[in-house]
Amino acid sequence: MDLILSSLEILARWDVMIALLVGSIGGVLIGAIPGVGPAVAIAILLPATFSMDPIVGLTVLLGIYGSSMYGGSIPAILINTPGTAVNALTTYDGYPMTTRGEARRALSLAYSSSFFGGVFSVICLILFAPVLAKIAPMFGSREIFLAALLGIILVVVAHRGQSLIAAALACFGIFLHTVGLEPVKYSKRFTFDQSWLSSGVDLIVVVLGLFAISQAIFLLQGQDEKIRMTKLRGGLFQGMRELARHPRVATVSASLGVLMGMIPGVGEFTAQFLSYTYAQRSSERPDDFGHGASEGLIAAETSNNAVPAAAMVPLLALGIPGEALTAMMLSVFYVHNVVPGPALFQNDMDFVVALYLALLILNVLVLIFLLFATNQLIKVVKIPNRFLGAAILTLSFVGVYSLRNSFTDCLIAACFGIFGFVLKRLSLPAVPIVLGMVLGGIMEVKLRAGMARVKTPFDFIDRPVAMILFIMILGVLLIHFRRVWQERKSLKEAKWQAKHRSTSFAAQMSRRKDYLLTERGKRLREKRSKYAPRLTDKNSRR
Amino acid sequence: MSKDRSEEIRRFEGPLRGQALFAIVFLVASTLLLSQIGSETKWAKGTQFFAQPRFWPAVSLVGMVLFGGLHLWKLPRRGFQRVDVTEWKTWFFAIEYVLWFLTYVLLVPILGYLPMTIALMLALCYRLGYRTRLMLWVAVVFAVAVVVLFKSFLSVNIPGGAIYEYLPGALRSFFILNL
Repeated sequence: MDLILSSLEILARWDVMIALLVGSIGGVLIGAIPGVGPAVAIAILLPATFSMDPIVGLTVLLGIYGSSMYGGSIPAILINTPGTAVNALTTYDGYPMTTRGEARRALSLAYSSSFFGGVFSVICLILFAPVLAKIAPMFGSREIFLAALLGIILVVVAHRGQSLIAAALACFGIFLHTVGLEPVKYSKRFTFDQSWLSSGVDLIVVVLGLFAISQAIFLLQGQDEKIRMTKLRGGLFQGMRELARHPRVATVSASLGVLMGMIPGVGEFTAQFLSYTYAQRSSERPDDFGHGASEGLIAAETSNNAVPAAAMVPLLALGIPGEALTAMMLSVFYVHNVVPGPALFQNDMDFVVALYLALLILNVLVLIFLLFATNQLIKVVKIPNRFLGAAILTLSFVGVYSLRNSFTDCLIAACFGIFGFVLKRLSLPAVPIVLGMVLGGIMEVKLRAGMARVKTPFDFIDRPVAMILFIMILGVLLIHFRRVWQERKSLKEAKWQAKHRSTSFAAQMSRRKDYLLTERGKRLREKRSKYAPRLTDKNSRR
Repeated sequence: MSKDRSEEIRRFEGPLRGQALFAIVFLVASTLLLSQIGSETKWAKGTQFFAQPRFWPAVSLVGMVLFGGLHLWKLPRRGFQRVDVTEWKTWFFAIEYVLWFLTYVLLVPILGYLPMTIALMLALCYRLGYRTRLMLWVAVVFAVAVVVLFKSFLSVNIPGGAIYEYLPGALRSFFILNL
């Protein structure tokens, strides 16, 4: 109780309250505009938060992160276009409801489910915080190195069908981190004798290029979409009642969101996929899924909103971000000399709980805002895409230039903007680059520190947590290789099934000829010819 | 097994156009960087293997070459077609917007943040075809809002324009500090 009171004390400041309000409403607006998304907004706002108190800056960013998914459900339901990438599954059941004239019901259900997911995860984590505080000190250098390695492996294997290029891009991220002066020996690494490379490649410059400038170019090169809006009829409170009729789906989905959120590199997509599959399998009417099933909408929205609070766990407890957004937030900690990790949980537990309480308040604020402002809010969906592109390009300047007033930074960001644009066009992931940069730095420092007291390779994993993490890494790799093997097998099968017989006729004849010439083949031929002599044989003519 | 790759193409995640060139450029660039590792990093004597300044660049570059190479090898189509050329053109034309951005960056310290932001938004709107009076006004209002929010309210670190030096006394310092 004392802990919660001291945490509330941290939040009871006018600037934190304003940050909460701006973050939550801004996040909903950003989420509701397809093509912007929280990554772009956080990347742009990041340098602006450096001049604020850590709790104020983090509250704004957390507000955007936590509330963007609420807003993202609006275009997903009304125009079949997800506002943020994680709202893609909401379109499956949300949009069919709109076509049936139940847009208000779908929106209400999405808000209620998101609220339940958000609040459930925050309460879980506040209750779980004392346990985490006990576990976190067990993480030394070796354990943090292994956790970061596990995070990077999970990010790579989570990109199904693209894991090779995801691994290559993660390595590229690690390489980018190594450019500049090496921190211990102060020797130059890949600077090519250029003074502007000596200080390395700034994470924020890369993030702004990869997420904001690339998105601006993508929108500027695209075309505006014609949007037909549906009129909203009915009350927005009915979703609460409907959600109460599906407590099992809501609780399981929220729990999956919390669990998946805590694992670095896994995040919303896996949580949603698992929740949706569970809801469909356990439903009495599984055929309704994809055609406007309320349980499907509940599963998708509850699980994705349970993730943001849980994603803060590896960041705060170990200093390991699990995704691009938390990686960006890490830089806010570093700027203010607040080092997230086991020590933060031990010494500043009230700060950690304050962040969770901020998320809790934020969910309440967002729900109230949405219940009363949805009719006005849906108008932002109509902003033309290319105009948005111009706006993002203008805002990107603030993010990059305000760092050091450097033209070189802007040039680097522009190059990464083109690179990110190419990745977007090819549907390749940019997240592994950012995580590679952040986790690469952590791995370098922790491996150096961890190996100092290691004599044999086994010493590295002789502590229980290190051993568990090592086994998890092996397990993840084994599961991945098994999946790759199965995909290869199914590809082979599909190829054989689809193969036209005539295409390999010559090969078949060749194989038959080879077989007939073997000793066994000759014997068989002789035996068969004895029982069924050919009509053309000389003996049979007689 | 035949060379028919239609099944791989069907199962491929994302569009195939442009993939081959990207993978080739990535692999070539990674290989070139790896070839420079001897001259661009140092091997410190008396330092543990894992603490060597060369260790992490080597790990990352070997990873880039290995995984980039495997990605290229596993691509269902490595040759170039007409659709690839169209895709390369799209990449190339993206440079136009980068030039807009860099020109804006160069001119802000000279002509000032507010005038340049208004000019950029108006010019981009005109270029994109939003030429109605309403859209041009929206562009101006947006530009002013951005400058007021970030420079005046949040006091982000953007220098005042050199042109403001020609303004009279109090107006000059107001413009340098806020706009």
